[in-house]
Amino acid sequence: MKNALPETGGFFARNREMHPPAYTPGYKTSVLRAPQRALISLEGTKSEITGPVFGHNIIGEFDNDLIVNYAKPGEMAIGQRIMVHGRVLDERGVGVAGALVEFWQANAGGRYRHKKETYLAAIDPNFGGFGRCITDENGNYAFRTIKPGAYPWPNGVNDWRPAHIHFSIFGHGFAQRLITQMYFEGDPMIAICPIVKTIPDEEAIKRLIAPLDMSNTVPMDMRAYKFDIVLRGRRSTFFENRKEGN
Amino acid sequence: MVQPLNYLKESASQTAGPYVHIGCTPNFTGITGVYDKDLGSGPMATEKTRGERITIKGRVIDGSGTPLRDAMIEIWQADADGFYNSPSETRGKADPNFFGWGRCPADMVTGEFYFETIKPGTVPFNDGRPMAPHVTLWIVARGINIGLQTRMYFSDEEEANAKDPVLTRIEHRVRVPTLIGQRDGDIVTFDIHLQGEHETIFFDI
Ligand SMILES: [Fe+3]
Repeated sequence: MKNALPETGGFFARNREMHPPAYTPGYKTSVLRAPQRALISLEGTKSEITGPVFGHNIIGEFDNDLIVNYAKPGEMAIGQRIMVHGRVLDERGVGVAGALVEFWQANAGGRYRHKKETYLAAIDPNFGGFGRCITDENGNYAFRTIKPGAYPWPNGVNDWRPAHIHFSIFGHGFAQRLITQMYFEGDPMIAICPIVKTIPDEEAIKRLIAPLDMSNTVPMDMRAYKFDIVLRGRRSTFFENRKEGN
Repeated sequence: MVQPLNYLKESASQTAGPYVHIGCTPNFTGITGVYDKDLGSGPMATEKTRGERITIKGRVIDGSGTPLRDAMIEIWQADADGFYNSPSETRGKADPNFFGWGRCPADMVTGEFYFETIKPGTVPFNDGRPMAPHVTLWIVARGINIGLQTRMYFSDEEEANAKDPVLTRIEHRVRVPTLIGQRDGDIVTFDIHLQGEHETIFFDI
């Protein structure tokens, strides 16, 4: 990005048919939390096409290694060792450089380290369950963790979440802000999850399922899963002739 | 036959869930020792920041009138002169002592969020007309399937608000007050209603 001009174009209109609608009664919590009126369309202004940029100085040495970032010295989190890697791209297929990616997950038994979490699976004393990294100049990111477990949650009487990792991503504009979840190839829980099913588009669901990536698996160490994240695209500004300041 | 456009499709949003704080504000949940401090926490303005000090506080309220105690709110705003601290800001250089972004989890008991910041300056709309001072907010929580985008304007800017290019094109005038933070001294109160008579205006940007 060093030689690139700053991008100032507006973002592609969001295709909301691929995103979950606000009101999804199968996911009960959405019922009282879903806005009921139409969103008001607003062409992105400076207030939305700009956004914060985070420097590498916020990233600690082990922020992208969940196996050790909370563990006591010399110890490690319990579970199947995996690497999750991929690219943050935008809809043009351009890698998003310098994007802050934050992630959090349950431990190998499906338990979160949170005050409000009551699932009876054991807490792993060496697993915090979160990390972060900043994408390189091509939009690549990678982190090491353990494969999270599935867990039950109070929605239907017998609802379980598939194994998943939560992702929060900052692109280059505040209008690109996105939180999503990554699922694992081959998990039969995906198809029956009420939160997955909030997404109306089958293809959009598939794009959240990370394939096993044997090519990047480290022999005798950890398997790899590849997960690309796509943020909204940005219009080119060649012919944008704004009358600034009049 | 024509050439394919070959655009990718945006990844679908999924709810932030009840444990968004583990990933975004771990110290707030009591998980210390990994990050020095939670990103976006603490005062947004330092002694050196130019501008008028204000505190924005509010709650996110569901359709039953209950404040959410597991929401996370982020704000993004211009500096006192109306410049954003972002590479996409091409009009001038923003105050180096003001980052312009903050993140606050709702209080686990009261549901309250607050930002110690400065009042932003005026930013031009795309056609050059001035927009009244405002901050941009993004709200996520369990039960919110895709982050909600809104704006807060200021009650002490009546004249500027009356000419604001975004506020003036809202058809249902009775809804405009849902975008106005109520200023009392240096406190600006902004409750966000997800549903009901006072449902806040949310934007598709
Ligand atoms: Fe989860």
